[in-house]
Amino acid sequence: MNLRAEGVSKSYFRKTGEANFFVAVQRTDLTLEGGQVTVLMGRSGSGKTTLLHMLAGLLQPSEGKVFLENTDLYALEDQALSRLRNEKISVIPQSRSAIETLSVRENILLPATLYGHISGETERQAQAWMDRLGILPLADSRPRELSGGELRRMAIARALVSRPAVILADEPTGDLDDENTILVLDVLRESARAGAAVLLVTHENDALKYADVACRMDQGILRIC
Amino acid sequence: MKAWKLPLRNLARKPGRTAALIALTAFLALSMFAGSVVALSLRRGMSSLENRLGADVIVVPVSAKSKVNLDEILLQGATGYFYMDAELLPQLAKESGVAQLSPQLFLASLRASCCSVAVQVIGIDQDTDFTVQPWISRSYAQRLGEMDVAVGSKISADVGENIILYETRCHVVARLETTGTAMDTCVYCSMETLRALLEAARGLNHDLKISGDPEEVVSAVYLKVQEGMDPQKVADSINLQRKFKKVQAVRTKSMFTGIADSLSGVSRTIGLLVVAVWALAVVLLLIAFLLSANERKREFAVLRLLGTSRRMLAGLMWRETALCSLMGGVLGVALAALILFPFAGLIEHSLGLPYLMPAAPTMALLAAASLAAAVLVGSLASAWATHRLSRVDPGTILREGN
Repeated sequence: MNLRAEGVSKSYFRKTGEANFFVAVQRTDLTLEGGQVTVLMGRSGSGKTTLLHMLAGLLQPSEGKVFLENTDLYALEDQALSRLRNEKISVIPQSRSAIETLSVRENILLPATLYGHISGETERQAQAWMDRLGILPLADSRPRELSGGELRRMAIARALVSRPAVILADEPTGDLDDENTILVLDVLRESARAGAAVLLVTHENDALKYADVACRMDQGILRIC
Repeated sequence: MKAWKLPLRNLARKPGRTAALIALTAFLALSMFAGSVVALSLRRGMSSLENRLGADVIVVPVSAKSKVNLDEILLQGATGYFYMDAELLPQLAKESGVAQLSPQLFLASLRASCCSVAVQVIGIDQDTDFTVQPWISRSYAQRLGEMDVAVGSKISADVGENIILYETRCHVVARLETTGTAMDTCVYCSMETLRALLEAARGLNHDLKISGDPEEVVSAVYLKVQEGMDPQKVADSINLQRKFKKVQAVRTKSMFTGIADSLSGVSRTIGLLVVAVWALAVVLLLIAFLLSANERKREFAVLRLLGTSRRMLAGLMWRETALCSLMGGVLGVALAALILFPFAGLIEHSLGLPYLMPAAPTMALLAAASLAAAVLVGSLASAWATHRLSRVDPGTILREGN
């Protein structure tokens, strides 16, 4: 399964003294193929996260379209798009994304819980990913008891547990030490081998070793390396 | 965990916020339930009073105004007596426009050793009475016999017991339904029994100021006018005739005017208070939900990221709010009931107006309506806050936290 952006761009209207438009992402074409890891690098503020959010169906592009196979994401009603995101597209956000009222295990199972997809298999998957990412002893802890790195790994486990067709990871190794960075990059690589299309937005040059496709973003312009 | 448990978790995790929302909705439900029960009780009290008096015109001695006003006896629970010649009865019956008439005789018992209770005792003519008899017959289907009395609901004597009035033993045969008026503090008996009590009072040297034979006096004559006749014209006609110079005819409606005015004033005040409380509470709820929603916008963004649609998000929020409002509503109605029921007498006394609480089914309906209103207002306030927030792009919210 592939995720394809065709001529997408995003402009914001800014009121900074004098009203003006700010172009975060220039017209861009990008295809994330199933089975491949695409690494997207670039300086802060270059438009990487904006592009990722447009690819995830979270941010309506100013122009252009995003297709998952042949489905135009932004032509879907909110309910259909939300369900498709729940079932096919997993996002690992750059910032903290835990629901504070739930335990680590419940957070990881939350995407499946929302649509009643919880099964014994899902719970086994959650257990396995927690074990693999080293957060199994924290399964019943509350997010506020976790460090930044542990929360990051929790978000990664949550993204992987439903075996999504597309994984969009925004700085997934941001809070991690070297050992855990390698672990997470390995996990994402394995997911790609299992058929997922993976986009890895990162500052880590080491991530390039895991890339099937490498791109760089600069002032909203995407260049394939 | 099931998805429906999410709202419960959120409520449990923020006990302070949850308690504040519950308190606000409780305040709403309490004000609505208590306000409507008091307003309805006043309306029912008034209507009950009109039904119980049942006459269009009441004829009393002119001296009644200077002694104890009739409305004070009948409407405000004061005790008193006044008498006029019973010979007037046939003349009143012949008056144009009079369809029915019935005399009553009053006696006030004393708070003294001769009497077990100080109350207004009213003797009715059981052959002609059309005001008290229908009310008594609901509790006691037979005629009141010699020394039988029927007591109002606020007299502390049960059926089968005796009460002593002017050292005379009277047998309680009926306890009357509550009317919410001063009539609940009266004792009713036949004309014959009351005349016997008058004799007993005179025997105890109690000065009743009866000029003439006690057998030939009455205190008031209740008139019902013929269909289509104006009661005011009948009253005016009686008042203008020389042969009736020692009496005055009072239209019963005019007796109610003061009460109706007070009732309308109290009802309006209650209405205004309820509206003010609701307006304030709605504004506070809107602010509370908006603040809460703003505080939780990151949580909403994460839920959207994980595939929660706007409708699902609204549903989750609604369940949370509805639960909170329902708890607040139940609490508010329960608190109102705790104030209204045990303190009904005190409320009636402080209002100084006829007060008859609605029957249980009406109370249940009012309670349900108050609950529904609290849940509805809470839901609408949260829906507005959720709607505003669900329109915000989750990507932007997530980035704001970076």
